[in-house]
Amino acid sequence: METILVLTHADETGSALTKASLETVTAGLELAARLSAPLTIGIITVDATAAASALSSTGARLLAVSGEAFAQARYASDAAAAEALCRAAKATIVLAPGTSRFTRVAAGVTHRLGGFLDTHITALGGTEAIEATRWFYRQRIEAVLSRDARPWFLLLDAGTHAAFAGEHGAAPVEQAAIQLPRLRTTVSGVRAPEQGQQTIRPDAKLLFVAGAGWTKKQHDGQAHPAEAGKLILGFLHATGASLGSSKSLVDQGGEGEPVLPFLTHMNQVGQTGATPRHAKGLSTCCHGEEPHVVGWRFVGERRAINLDPNCGWARGKADVVYVADAFEVMGKVNAQLKAAKA
Amino acid sequence: MANVFDIVVCAGIVPDPLQTLEPVTGPAGPGVKNEMVLPAVLDPWAASALYEAANLVAKNPGSKLWLVSLGPKAKLQQVMMTVAQKVAFQLVPVDGPIGGFPDAHSTATVLAETISALPGLDKSKLLLFGGWESATRGAGVTLQLVGELLGITDQFQGVDEISPRDDGSFEVLERVEGGKQQVSVCAGAPAVLGWATGNLAEPRNNPQVGMANMRTIMPALARAKKVTLDANGLHYVSTSLPKQQRETRVVKDLTPDQIAAELVEWIGAE
Repeated sequence: METILVLTHADETGSALTKASLETVTAGLELAARLSAPLTIGIITVDATAAASALSSTGARLLAVSGEAFAQARYASDAAAAEALCRAAKATIVLAPGTSRFTRVAAGVTHRLGGFLDTHITALGGTEAIEATRWFYRQRIEAVLSRDARPWFLLLDAGTHAAFAGEHGAAPVEQAAIQLPRLRTTVSGVRAPEQGQQTIRPDAKLLFVAGAGWTKKQHDGQAHPAEAGKLILGFLHATGASLGSSKSLVDQGGEGEPVLPFLTHMNQVGQTGATPRHAKGLSTCCHGEEPHVVGWRFVGERRAINLDPNCGWARGKADVVYVADAFEVMGKVNAQLKAAKA
Repeated sequence: MANVFDIVVCAGIVPDPLQTLEPVTGPAGPGVKNEMVLPAVLDPWAASALYEAANLVAKNPGSKLWLVSLGPKAKLQQVMMTVAQKVAFQLVPVDGPIGGFPDAHSTATVLAETISALPGLDKSKLLLFGGWESATRGAGVTLQLVGELLGITDQFQGVDEISPRDDGSFEVLERVEGGKQQVSVCAGAPAVLGWATGNLAEPRNNPQVGMANMRTIMPALARAKKVTLDANGLHYVSTSLPKQQRETRVVKDLTPDQIAAELVEWIGAE
């Protein structure tokens, strides 16, 4: 019989679980119900009592490792905490959210427990055995896999389950014993764009992708990066969309070509960039080549604006392709959005 | 005081991203059709790690750089003809299976054993570099496991920058959620750094560097140890290509105003 552990961690407040953690709680509850297996939820946080209150209605055993050492994400302390929770729970199946905090330590913890790990899981199925779905070759081949060996650790991608939302209340939490190793790394903070300047918004409904065409020469023989930047930022401001980019555009900074100063490699979508999840995506001045489009695997409705009617988007990769000048169209879009708000 | 690092970069080889991939199942399990004959490149994020490593070695005299790569010997030789022209390194090839489907735990065990046996490696100076994920398995598991197997408990993933300090410590920028970067200071080597894109452009081909590298690469390839990888109880139930092919509507006859109106309605629609 399987025993299931869901690993969770708190957000930057230290007292509330992350959304991705609550999504994994849902996955754990579903799997435990299907397998009639006991469920334990492990929490890594500063304040276990506060964080556990969101889990009071799960009926699961709650275990925690808590204290100031776990306020920030760091390999040595997080790996020790996750290891302590796993040893206390004696689980055969360990589910955890694929957050940066857990992806950093999951393999190390798995090794310490003598287990095996699979990551980027998008679905859990199977009838007699547990079968996990994940993508290979950067979202180009989908595979369903299973393992005989235990413990089996599975890191779930964000957005694959609904976040658990039960009644908050007092919940008994057991503290797992932990021996922290000598800590050689100090987390000094988080670097982020200034307030209001952040263009990467994972929770936005719309992804807006800017391609290299925005900084190329236009009809008048001149490049207009300043105008392009104004149009793009205006659109992001009006819609709250998240900004993505093709590799060719973010690479231009290193090649001496005009750049959009608010873009970094973190905006890059595709083979060597992100694979974001958004309900809708609008591509502009981007050819829709395969290495970029693999990053759109989890974007629902897709539209593109491109001057080339034979671009990659027109070959079954987008729902609608507008053959038009993105400068003109986005100028009109921004004007109409502004008028609608007035 | 100058820092001296022993940097080991783990980097696999992957099909050129422009190639069409088709899954097939053979006696040894799933694979990619004709993967051995598809043009291949050094794994892109691991390539970022290699360029960052070479830059660090250049700035810290006395430092050394090894490139450990597991793949079919013939394929490694093809890819190294290009990679060797970028930066100077000592290749440590391991002759093994290609592709993303072999188990990461087995791969890590082979890599850790190979690194442990490197002559002249000082583990107290070791910076273990690689991509934070590969373009094949894309799991972000192998490098961490190698680190654990080597007893390294300071690990960083999604790294964009490392800044060594005079006292031997270094600052690291790691990608975290929401387009942010976590800033950490590590007391010093040994450490594992799984690189994202980094900050360096791909170096231009340098034939002189290429010739110097190839003098050691060819003998290293000739000596490459052959390995097989244990499945560790991993079964593939199925492998398939994504089914979704969209019926694209190509719109050529609307004015910018009309397109804008359609887009604004679409953006606003629930």
